[in-house]
Amino acid sequence: MVTAKLRAGDLSRITDMAEVKGRSLWADARKRFMRNKAAVASLLVLIIITLFSLSGEAIAPWTNEEIDFNVIGSADTEGMPSFASGHYFGTDDLGRDLFARSAQGTRVSLMVGFVGTFIAVLVGTVYGAVSGYVGGRTDAIMMRIVDILSAIPYMFVLILLLVMFGRSMFMIFVGIGLLSWLGMARIVRGQTLSLKHKEYIEAAQASGVSSWKIILRHILPNLLGVVAVYTTLLIPDMIMAESFISFLGLGVQEPLTSLGALISEGSKAIVQGSLWQLYFPLAFFTVTLYAFYFVGDGLRDALDPKDR
Amino acid sequence: MFSFIARRLLVAVPTLLVLIVISAVLMHAAPGGPFNSERKLSAEVLANLQAKYGLDQPLYVQIWTYIRDLVLHFDFGPSFKYKDRTVNDIISQGFPVTLVYGFWSFVIATILGIGAGVIAAIRQNTPTDYLVLTVAIIGAVLPGYVIAPILVLVFTLKLGWLPGGGWEDGEWRYLVLPVIALSTGYIASIARLMRSSMLETLNSNFVRTARAKGLPEWKVITRHVMKPALLPILSYLGPVFVGMITGSVVIDMYFSTGGIGKSFVDSALNRDYSVMLGVTLLVGALTIVFNLIVDVLYAFIDPKIRY
Repeated sequence: MVTAKLRAGDLSRITDMAEVKGRSLWADARKRFMRNKAAVASLLVLIIITLFSLSGEAIAPWTNEEIDFNVIGSADTEGMPSFASGHYFGTDDLGRDLFARSAQGTRVSLMVGFVGTFIAVLVGTVYGAVSGYVGGRTDAIMMRIVDILSAIPYMFVLILLLVMFGRSMFMIFVGIGLLSWLGMARIVRGQTLSLKHKEYIEAAQASGVSSWKIILRHILPNLLGVVAVYTTLLIPDMIMAESFISFLGLGVQEPLTSLGALISEGSKAIVQGSLWQLYFPLAFFTVTLYAFYFVGDGLRDALDPKDR
Repeated sequence: MFSFIARRLLVAVPTLLVLIVISAVLMHAAPGGPFNSERKLSAEVLANLQAKYGLDQPLYVQIWTYIRDLVLHFDFGPSFKYKDRTVNDIISQGFPVTLVYGFWSFVIATILGIGAGVIAAIRQNTPTDYLVLTVAIIGAVLPGYVIAPILVLVFTLKLGWLPGGGWEDGEWRYLVLPVIALSTGYIASIARLMRSSMLETLNSNFVRTARAKGLPEWKVITRHVMKPALLPILSYLGPVFVGMITGSVVIDMYFSTGGIGKSFVDSALNRDYSVMLGVTLLVGALTIVFNLIVDVLYAFIDPKIRY
C-alpha cells in the first residue's frame, strides 16, 4: 500500500531514468524523513540550538560567571536586554550575562538529554534483547523485575539518590539514565520476540552461532529502527526530568546551570518585573522540546511506515 | 475476579518490599549520615543519637524493624531532624492538601481532555480539530513549573484576580491556579489519546453497521463509539495519578500550598531520610493501589478481558 503510493509519486522520475538504483532501508527512510517538512525544519532548529549552546559563550562579550557591577542590585531596570551593554538577553539579579548563561544552560540540558538517553538505551536494549531472545523462565523473571521497578515513583527515588550521594553531573546522568530504561526494555523485548523466529535467526542457530553473537549480530541491528525512534522521544523526557530536578534546586550546582535552573530563577524574578529572565531560557526550552518532538514523529513515520 | 485482585496484590507486596530494601540500603550507603551538620558532633553524642534511632544496628535489623513497625502499627518512624515530630505527623499534615488539589486537577484533566478529544475526532480535519491539536501539543511541552509562573504573571500580577500562592484551607480562589498548572499537561495528553482512539473506533465495522441501520450520529457516538474509545484513557489514568502527586512537588514549591511535595523537598534539603523514605513509600503504595483499581475497572468495562 505504502510502496504503491511511493511509486505513484516517483513514477515520472523513474521513467526518466535509464537505470533504477536499488535503495537500502536507510536511504528509503531518509527519503521519507526529508519529505516531512516539520521534521526537517526541526532538525535544522536543533542543529542551530546545539551550535548556539557550543559557541554562544565565545560570542558573548561577558562570560557566564562575570558580574556586571553596573547592574547588580538594580537588575530589573539596568539589566534589560540591549546591544549597547553587551547583554543581548539581559542579566540576572546578580548581574550575570543571560546570553552566556543561556548558552551554557542549553548545553548542560542537551548533555543530560543525550547522556541520560544513551545510558537508558544501552541498558534497556541489552536487557530487552536478552530477555526476549532467551525467553522462558528467564524472560518471565526479567520482565517481572521490570514490572516491579516501574511501580517505583522514580522522580522521588531520583531526588533521594541526588540528596544522598551529592548533586553532581555524574549522579544526574546515571540517576536519570538508570531509572528510565524500563520502557526501552519492554519495547525491545517485544520486537525481539517477533524477530526471534525469523528464518535467518534459525539459520544462524543451525550453523552453531552462539546466542550472544546472534543477539549482537542479528537481533540488535534489526532493532535499530525502533530504538532510534524511541530514543528521539526519550531525549525530551530526560531534558524535562533534569529541568524538574533543577527547578527544585537539586540539579547541577553553580556556577554550572541548566535550562531548568534558569527557568526556576526566572520564575522567581518575574515578581520584580524582569521578565526576560524567564522568557529567554523558556524559549530555548520549549523550542528544543518541540524540535525533538517533531523529529521523533518524523523518524517514526520514516522508519515505521506500516504505522501510518 | 477475586483471584485476579489477589494475584495483583501478591505482586504489589514484593514491589513495596523492594522499594523499602533499596531505600534502606541507599540510606545506609549514603556518605554522611543524617546527623552530619555544620556543627560537628562529638563521637559520644553521635553514638547516642545513632543508638536512639537504631542506626547502630546491622542493616538487616534496621530494615526488619522498619517493615515491622510499618506493617503492624502503620508507623513510619521518627523524623531525623525534628525531635518532636514523627514522619506520620508530617505526612498527615501535607497529604490532605495534596489530595484536594490533586483530586480537582485529576477530575478536570479527565473531563476536559476527553471532551476536547471527542470534539476533535468528530470534527476531524476541520479548523476545530487543528485548534485542539495545536493547543494539545503546546500543553504537552509546557510542564507545570513553566505554566505556574506564567499564570501568576497574568492572573496575579497583571490582572490581580487570583492570589499567587497560599492555601487558606483550600478556599476556591487559592485552588484555581494550582489546579490549572497541574492539569494542563494532562488535559493535553488525554485529549490527544482520546482523539486517536476515537478515530480508530469510528473506522470500525460495528460503527458502520450502526450508521447503516440509520441511527442518528449523536447516538452512534454516545452508544457505540464512546465506550470502546475510553478504554485506552482508562489505562492512562494510572500515570496521570502518579503525575498529580509528583507534580505536587512543583505546585507546593511555587504556590506555597504546603502539600506532600513540600514535605518531600524540605526533607530532601534537610537530609531528613526517614521522611523522604516515608513519602516515597506512601507514593509507591498509592501508585500500586491506584493501578489495581484501574485494572479492575478495565476488566469490568472490557468484556474481552478474561482471567
